[in-house]
Amino acid sequence: MTTTLKQIGAFSSPPRVGLFVTCLVDAMRPSVGFAALKLLRDAGCRVEVPEAQTCCGQPAFNSGDTADAAVLARHFIETFEGYDYVVAPSGSCVGMTRAHYAEALADDPAWAERARRLGERTYELMSFLVDVMHFAPADVKLDTSFTYHDSCSGLRELGVHDQPRALLDKVSGLTLKPLEGNDVCCGFGGTFCVKYPAISNAVVGEKADAIERSGAKLLLGGDLGCLMNMAGKLKRKGSSVRSFHAAEVLAGMAGGPAIGEEH
Amino acid sequence: MHEATMSFKARAEEALANPTLKIAIDRTTGTAERKRAVAMTQFPQFDAARERGKRIKDHVIANLDHYLLEFERNAIASGAKVHWARTAEEASQIVVALCKQAGAKRVTRVKSMLGEEIGLPHALDEAGIERVETDLAEHIVQLGGDRPSHIVWPSMHRTREQVSEMFKRLHRAPHQEETIEAMVDSARRELRDKFLTADVAISGANFLLADTGATCTVTNEGNAELTTTPPRVHIVTAGIEKLVPSMGHAIAMLRLLVRSATGADVTQYTTFHCGPKQPGDRDGPEEFHIVLVDNGRTRMLREGMKEMLRCIRCGACMNHCVVFRQLGGHVYGGTYPGPMGAVLTPVFDGLEKSRDLPHACTMNGKCQEVCPVAIPLPTLLRGWRDRSWREGLEPATVRFGLGIHTFVASRPRLYRLGTAIAIRVMRLFSRGGLVKGMPGLGAWTAYREFPAPAKRTFMEMYKDQEKGQ
Repeated sequence: MTTTLKQIGAFSSPPRVGLFVTCLVDAMRPSVGFAALKLLRDAGCRVEVPEAQTCCGQPAFNSGDTADAAVLARHFIETFEGYDYVVAPSGSCVGMTRAHYAEALADDPAWAERARRLGERTYELMSFLVDVMHFAPADVKLDTSFTYHDSCSGLRELGVHDQPRALLDKVSGLTLKPLEGNDVCCGFGGTFCVKYPAISNAVVGEKADAIERSGAKLLLGGDLGCLMNMAGKLKRKGSSVRSFHAAEVLAGMAGGPAIGEEH
Repeated sequence: MHEATMSFKARAEEALANPTLKIAIDRTTGTAERKRAVAMTQFPQFDAARERGKRIKDHVIANLDHYLLEFERNAIASGAKVHWARTAEEASQIVVALCKQAGAKRVTRVKSMLGEEIGLPHALDEAGIERVETDLAEHIVQLGGDRPSHIVWPSMHRTREQVSEMFKRLHRAPHQEETIEAMVDSARRELRDKFLTADVAISGANFLLADTGATCTVTNEGNAELTTTPPRVHIVTAGIEKLVPSMGHAIAMLRLLVRSATGADVTQYTTFHCGPKQPGDRDGPEEFHIVLVDNGRTRMLREGMKEMLRCIRCGACMNHCVVFRQLGGHVYGGTYPGPMGAVLTPVFDGLEKSRDLPHACTMNGKCQEVCPVAIPLPTLLRGWRDRSWREGLEPATVRFGLGIHTFVASRPRLYRLGTAIAIRVMRLFSRGGLVKGMPGLGAWTAYREFPAPAKRTFMEMYKDQEKGQ
C-alpha cells in the first residue's frame, strides 16, 4: 500500500509520522527538532514525537558493543513501529536503523525481521520530504550564500545528496557555493572524535579550510554531530562562517543564533 | 623511538607533527585520487566490471581447494616446483633455503607486499644474502633503511626533494640535474649491473592462473622482467587468494586493478611466467619455484572475513581514507596500511597488539565505495571492534560508560531526567555560546569549540507546547 501511495504522490489520509529528534538534537539544539516538526506538518503529515524515544544505539554498535546496541535497537523498534513512517533529522541515526539494526539483532531472527520492516519505513528528514512527500518549502526567504557538507552515512548508506539541494534551491535569495570535497568525511565519526582527537582535528581542520575557501556565509548540513564538529573548528579558527542544520533554514528558523553562538 | 615500540597514538601524533610527510602524502594520494576519478569517467562499465570482479573472486574463494590443486598440477606440469607455506616464517624459510641451495650471494627482488608480509627482506638480510630491491620506490625504501608506507607507492612518505638528496648522498654516480629523469637515470646506473649479476630473482604475483599454472606480475617500470630473466633461479611468492581460473579472469581483474590503483588503462608491463626455460628457449630461469602462502588466509575464511580475500591490493581504499591521508602508512605498524591494512593487520599480528587500527576509523564508507571488488571494509572493521569487545580488550572506562548509557537509554523517564540535568551542568561551564573547560570534554575542546546546549531539552519544550495546545 505504501508503495502505491508513494507512486501516486498523494495520501487518502495524512500519513502518521513518528519523529525521532535524535539524542543530540534533544540535548544540544532543540530548534532542529522544531524545524523538522514544522516541515513535516507543512508537508501534510500528522506528526507525533513519542516520549519514549532515547538513542538509536549507534555509539554502542560502533564501539563493538553489539549486545547493548541490540537493547537500544529493540527499544527504538518498540517505540516507533506503530507509525506509518519514522523520520529523523539525521542520516547517521537513520543509517543505523536502516542499515545496521538487522546486523545488531542478527542472533534474533524475529527481531531482525521487525527491524527490517521498520527500516523500510524509516527516512532521513530531507529525503522523506522530497522522495515520499514531494514537498517543497514555500515563502521561505534568506538573503545569503551557503555551502553544503554531505554527511557520510546519509550520503553512502541512504543516498541523500540531491534532496537537500532541491529543497534549499526553493529558498529565495539563498545561493549555493560548492564545497570542495563535499563528500569527504569531516572527521567526526561519533566516538572517533574523542577517541582519536588529534587525528579528528587534522581532518576537520582541512574541512574548515575548504569551507572557508568556498566563500559561503553559511555552512549547512543534515547531521548535528558533523555540524557541531565543523562549527566547533570554524569557531576555534575565528571564522565568520555560521553553521545551521539545513532543516532550520528550510523551516525559516535560521533567524536565531547559529551553532556555537550565544543563546 | 622506534615505531614498533611506540603506541599507535604516539606514532599518529608524531606523523601529524611532520609537515613534510603531509606534503608527501597529499602529493601521492591526491594524484592517485584525481587520476582514478578521471579513469572512472572513461570507464562507464565500471559497476558491471566491479560486480564481475567480485563474483570471480568470490567463486575462487568458495572453491579454493579445487583451484589450488588445479594450479599446482598445471604448475608442476610446466616444470615449476610448488612449495606450500602455512605461516610467514615457513614461507621466508623456504625462500631463504632455496637461495642457499642455489648458492646465491646476490638476489634481486621485485616489489611484493606478500614478500613484506612474510618478512622476506629481513630474512634475506639475516641469512647474509645481498638483497637488491629493483622497484624504484623499494630501492628508495632500501636506501632509507625503512619500510614501505603504501602498497602501491612504497616510498610515498618521502618527498621528491628528500629522495634527490638521498640519491646524491648514496649513489655511486649521482645525478647533477634536479629533474625526475636525472634521478631515474641515477637509480638506473646504480641498479643495472646488479640486475645482470644476481643469482636468484624473487618476485610476487598479482594473479595465479589455475588452468595453466602460470603467474602474472604487473609493473610500471619493467623491473620485473629485467629481474626475473637473467638469473638462473626465479622464486615467486604469492598468497593463495591470488588465484583466478584463467587468463580471461586475470585480465578482467587487471582492468579493475590498474584503474583503481593508478588511473591508467593498463600497466606498462604485464608479464606471465609459466615454468622454467624450455629446450629451445633463448632465455628464462633454469629453476622456477612457486611458494604458495596461507599465513592466516584460511583462518580468515573460517572466521567470517572471506570478503577480505577478494582484495587485489590496488590501494584505492587508502588513497581515499581521511585517516590514512593524515597519517601515512607507517603509523599503522603492519605490512598493509589504510582501511585494508586495518582489517588485515589484526589477522597477522593479533587483535590485542593492533586493536587501535579498526577503531581509528570514522566509518565514513568511502573505502567501500571506491573498492574495485566491493569489500565491505567498514563492516569488517566493525567486526574487529565487536570481537575486541567480546574478548574484553576494550578499556574499562568505555565499557562502564556504554553500560550506564544503555541502562539509562532503555529507561525513557530516567533518560529524560539525565539529559535535562546534563545540559544544565554543561550550561554552568558555558560562556558566549560555548562550553569552556568542562571536565570530560577535553578531547574535544583541545582542538575545537564545543557549542553550548540550549537552556531546555527539546522534549521539555515540546511537552509544554503540547500542553498549551
